[in-house]
Amino acid sequence: MLWTKDTPTADVVIRGARVLDPAEGIDATLDVRIDGGTITAIGAAVDTNGHRVIDGERLLLAPAFVDPHVHLRTPGREDEETIASGTAAAAAGGYCAILAMPNTDPVVDSASVLRSLAETAALEAEVPVGFLAAISKGSEGGELSEMGELAECGAVGFSDDGRPVAAAGLMRRALQYSAITGRPLALHCEETTLSRDGQMHEGAVSAELGFAGYPSVAETVMVERDLALAAYESLSLHLLHLSAVESVEALARAQSAGLPVTGEVTPHHLCLTDEAVRTLDPNVKMNPPLRAARDRSALIEGLRDGTIAAVATDHAPHARHEKEVPFEAAPFGVTGLETAFAALYTHLVEPGLVRLETLLERLSAGPARIFGLDRPRIAVGAAANVTLLDTAAGWKVGEESFRSRSSNSWLLGRTLKGKVRLTVADGRIAFEA
Amino acid sequence: MADIHVMRDDLRPPDTPARRHLISIADLTRDDVERLLATARSFARSLEREMKKLPTLRGRTVVNVFYESSTRTSSSFELAAKRLSADTMSIKAVGSSVDKGESLKDTALTLAAYDPDVIVLRHPQIGAPQLVARVTEAHVVNAGDGKHQHPTQALLDLYTIQEEFGHVEGLHVAIVGDVLHSRVARSNIQALVLLGARVTLVAPPSLLPRGIEALGCETSTDIRTIGHADVIYVLRMQRERMQEGASYVPSLREYTARWGVTPERLRPGQKVMHPGPMNRGVEIDPVVADSPDSLITEQVRAGLVTRMAVLYDLLTHGPVAAPALAIHEVA
Repeated sequence: MLWTKDTPTADVVIRGARVLDPAEGIDATLDVRIDGGTITAIGAAVDTNGHRVIDGERLLLAPAFVDPHVHLRTPGREDEETIASGTAAAAAGGYCAILAMPNTDPVVDSASVLRSLAETAALEAEVPVGFLAAISKGSEGGELSEMGELAECGAVGFSDDGRPVAAAGLMRRALQYSAITGRPLALHCEETTLSRDGQMHEGAVSAELGFAGYPSVAETVMVERDLALAAYESLSLHLLHLSAVESVEALARAQSAGLPVTGEVTPHHLCLTDEAVRTLDPNVKMNPPLRAARDRSALIEGLRDGTIAAVATDHAPHARHEKEVPFEAAPFGVTGLETAFAALYTHLVEPGLVRLETLLERLSAGPARIFGLDRPRIAVGAAANVTLLDTAAGWKVGEESFRSRSSNSWLLGRTLKGKVRLTVADGRIAFEA
Repeated sequence: MADIHVMRDDLRPPDTPARRHLISIADLTRDDVERLLATARSFARSLEREMKKLPTLRGRTVVNVFYESSTRTSSSFELAAKRLSADTMSIKAVGSSVDKGESLKDTALTLAAYDPDVIVLRHPQIGAPQLVARVTEAHVVNAGDGKHQHPTQALLDLYTIQEEFGHVEGLHVAIVGDVLHSRVARSNIQALVLLGARVTLVAPPSLLPRGIEALGCETSTDIRTIGHADVIYVLRMQRERMQEGASYVPSLREYTARWGVTPERLRPGQKVMHPGPMNRGVEIDPVVADSPDSLITEQVRAGLVTRMAVLYDLLTHGPVAAPALAIHEVA
């Protein structure tokens, strides 16, 4: 279930944009009319019905994005992000729905915490937001949370993100129970006795810089374990923020064996490699870490061929003073909601690595499908969930432009192509530039 | 010629070029290293005189900030600055506001208020010197940051080797021990390779970082490999590596038995070095440490003149460049 604040629905016409919805088979310059938040007409020169007209010429109108992996830091660290600021950032990034992870303080592991989040979201969320609940109480890996009740209260899925479910036995129970709730398990795969105090990918760069290495096999052994459990139980699961070539291969093998398992990848893992850590910039420190070029290639290939069905930002805001420390002392995580499309357009689409249609699908329909959400679509009768994109516009990523309360972006100071001009989420104008 | 140059420069106030740092050997060119070694040699000659103090850096301020314990490095930086007539100040983490939880950034800003020309920093975390360089106007000298770099150690080691052999190019240096946790090893591999030496790392497999060969060195897990080397560079074996959960080697006893540098494993004439402090009887046999083939006290002596050369070069001379900062300063 998703929650958003109640604002007036939109009555607008977006005129003359290139309308591109790969799943609907649309790619043409058209007008789109939205009446009361619903798409009511798509065509050449549609009647405006007296609505405001937004000029879409030379712009791209696409289904708005869905981010299945966001940290809103609420409750507990409202100085870093709130539901209001995080959803405003999402709107500015072209998102019409986001899903928040439960590793807050307190952890979202009880109906009372979840209900209070839902109440806040209904008052202040700029775009619809859903909440995952913890798999285990306190995300400590000891006992299962009350997944049935949490699902009834609207949890969209379950995750101990930030840490793995270390005990295979508990993981198996969680899987079995997910069949009852019908909500996906989203798994952070990390064998912590292998990653230990690792600061970055283990390889030539960590060897040179002296950082403790976080080997890719720390992810892969856990991916393989969880896929083995899913196969044994014939149940589905979702793999969060994949980073290693071997993990993508394992996922592909499980899928071709017929298992309903899915995976996601972040913009930073798609755009960067461990070479970026040479800058010692704490804003390239994340978990899982940036990996080698061959890993990045496999992630891009997995995104192209659909093995990886979703792009997820893993938007992880951190206070400025927490990142203004030596790399080793900095917390893991970077922001991503406001830069995801531009980063991927600039680094994947422009160089010809991924087709625009594929990227749009993985940013929107792909993640929606994994979590059983309505697919944002450009079709008459559908709720308006669209974003208007200027793929020709270059812009410099700067702190002043962030709606997020945090600015720990790996893209600070970089120039990107692709700017979000408008986001309509659940029939409401959530962002307009 | 070089020493005359030094004296000439004394006569005019050193001008301040673009702010430069010494953070990593990776930032240096071979010319940089050779210039620094030549400067160090000229300082060595000047120190043979009765009056050991040079007026070169009069009026300059060098602040030593040590977040980790150190005898050799901190004392030699302090003396190096004093020999060049700079004002020095040494701050240790213990007993300072660091004890009260002050962040590195705030400590750096506090020190920057005194307008130091150079901040010499030792810190347990990789990336600390970059942070200080970013938030202050001082030249930053990395005196050891975590397991990353210890560039002045590598320079003094090159100086020691060059004094002993007359050259570095073509020599075979075996670096033995805990390479994984050693900033000394990383700086030395880069410096030795830069000057054309052949470098072989000899260590237990668990203490050889995966991918280290990319720096241009060879690796071996067999201690007999050191038999081919001109110089055996022994690394300190830290006891905490044997802690529960780490288990890099089963025990110190087993480490010493398989990888200890003992007289039986050396040929006469092979030179032995160690950055100190030594664990006698662990990574190095006391007989080896005290033998005429040991260059360990020469290393300590080289530390003073090498650090004088670094301070002098940063404040008065050509680039000891740190291009690594260029990208970083964006953030």
